[in-house]
Amino acid sequence: MFNPTSRQIGRIKGLVFVLALLPLARMVYLTVTGQLVEPLEFLTHGTGDWALYFLCFTLAVTPLRRLSQWNWLIRLRRMLGLYMFFYASLHFLTFLWFDHFFDLQEMWQDVLKRPFITVGFAAFVLLIPLALTSTNAMVRRLGGKRWQWLHRLVYVVAPLAILHFWWMKAGKHNFAQPILYGTILGVLLLARLVRVWRQSDTKPVRQG
Amino acid sequence: MLIKRSPNGIDLPFPSEITPRAVYEARRTFIKQLAVGAAGSAALLEMASREAFAQGGGNPRLAAKLNPAYSALDKQTPYKDATSYNNFYEFGTDKGDPAANAGSLKTRPWTVSIEGEVKKPMTLDIDALLKLAPLEERVYRLRCVEGWSMVIPWIGYSFAEIIKLVEPTGNAKYVEFTSLADRRQMPGVNSRVLQWPYVEGLRLDEAHHPLTLLTLGMYGETLANQNGAPVRMVVPWKYGFKSAKSIVKIRFVKDQPRTSWNLSAPNEYGFYSNVNPEVDHPRWSQASERRIGEDGFLARKRKTLMFNGYADVAPLYAGMDLKKYY
Repeated sequence: MFNPTSRQIGRIKGLVFVLALLPLARMVYLTVTGQLVEPLEFLTHGTGDWALYFLCFTLAVTPLRRLSQWNWLIRLRRMLGLYMFFYASLHFLTFLWFDHFFDLQEMWQDVLKRPFITVGFAAFVLLIPLALTSTNAMVRRLGGKRWQWLHRLVYVVAPLAILHFWWMKAGKHNFAQPILYGTILGVLLLARLVRVWRQSDTKPVRQG
Repeated sequence: MLIKRSPNGIDLPFPSEITPRAVYEARRTFIKQLAVGAAGSAALLEMASREAFAQGGGNPRLAAKLNPAYSALDKQTPYKDATSYNNFYEFGTDKGDPAANAGSLKTRPWTVSIEGEVKKPMTLDIDALLKLAPLEERVYRLRCVEGWSMVIPWIGYSFAEIIKLVEPTGNAKYVEFTSLADRRQMPGVNSRVLQWPYVEGLRLDEAHHPLTLLTLGMYGETLANQNGAPVRMVVPWKYGFKSAKSIVKIRFVKDQPRTSWNLSAPNEYGFYSNVNPEVDHPRWSQASERRIGEDGFLARKRKTLMFNGYADVAPLYAGMDLKKYY
């Protein structure tokens, strides 16, 4: 079984850190070199897509760790989660910038008026406390149990993100991708539920 | 000092200094040529730059006379952008799919059947359509329902010419346009994004309006496949999807046609779908738009104009509640 030393883990983390920036680098490159007909749409969709991908990666860590017994995977989770927040923030920025040109009042009206936006905005807002409490100091300050409860907010964020994506594609009946990522996230959440059920099944046996 | 004089007292230069008449005249011609040449190359340059402006993509040239009355003065969208950022779901749902996949579309031979409530139903091939009326170039704004816009020099003639030719009966109230739906040529037709074939429609008076263009070309050439070759409609005061592409059938009918987008999402895409900044799409505002190739990072989106700026058509909708008939 692969059991890296902490030095190796450091290297793996460095690699993941750089890899996670490549999508942004590609977006910036294509925009700056003028290869896109509609860069604003491309950046809006691209940042949203990558926020969703990192949501999947982050939620895949725990089930993968249990399946593979690669416990060191947990040490990548925070970075993956923060990258999700990073791309979600950029996605929000594209909305604030390209759609509303930094007019906060206009943006707010849009958030209240359109359920598709409301849902996406709510998902983004719910990520903020998770990002703020991602440091070791915050984990200690909150205490493990409370920290874990707070971070279960991600189980609310995931369906909101899928709903946002679904409604975005709904007008064009183009559901292939929302179905794909909805299924992936559904399986990842189900894996957790199955484990909880099994544990609650086994508990009475142990007690008895 | 003895000065050599000619017998008649006129000083003459040495014969070697006299420019022969032929040379002298040749020089004049040369200068003239220079002048003409400069003007000529200026004209050539200007033509070349104009060519670059309305530059096509190597499709056959199509001669047409500019109709200034129906030409927007907005800056034209570069040909490359107009032919690489398209919605043409028969070739795929991504904006780049039509340009990537439409090469397989065979645009000749091509016939359009005109039928239904008309006195003279007929089938016209593409050559007959090209000769049916004088071709005009018209520069129209194109506003997509998604919130972006372009400015495109189309070539065609008013659809009214077709109406005149086939003579609708008194029962004809609407015109229905059907696009080609051939799985072998159009990979997107295998998807279930929309009900195929693509159907669009206009009220007869809308179809009869002189702005409504039966379109056979763009940028001085025949239509690019990804833009709806060989024949499409362009209805500039309506959202882009109302303008059917690659048309094979035109049917005059009594009842309002069941159009593809309206069938798929009636609350989002109305039958009329006139460009209207006051009626939002359920998921986004229609009050503003982004002009492709112009509006970028540094400016707000531009305001969308009622009927896309074609106020001429307003009388068609007199007394109608356009919030209800969106």
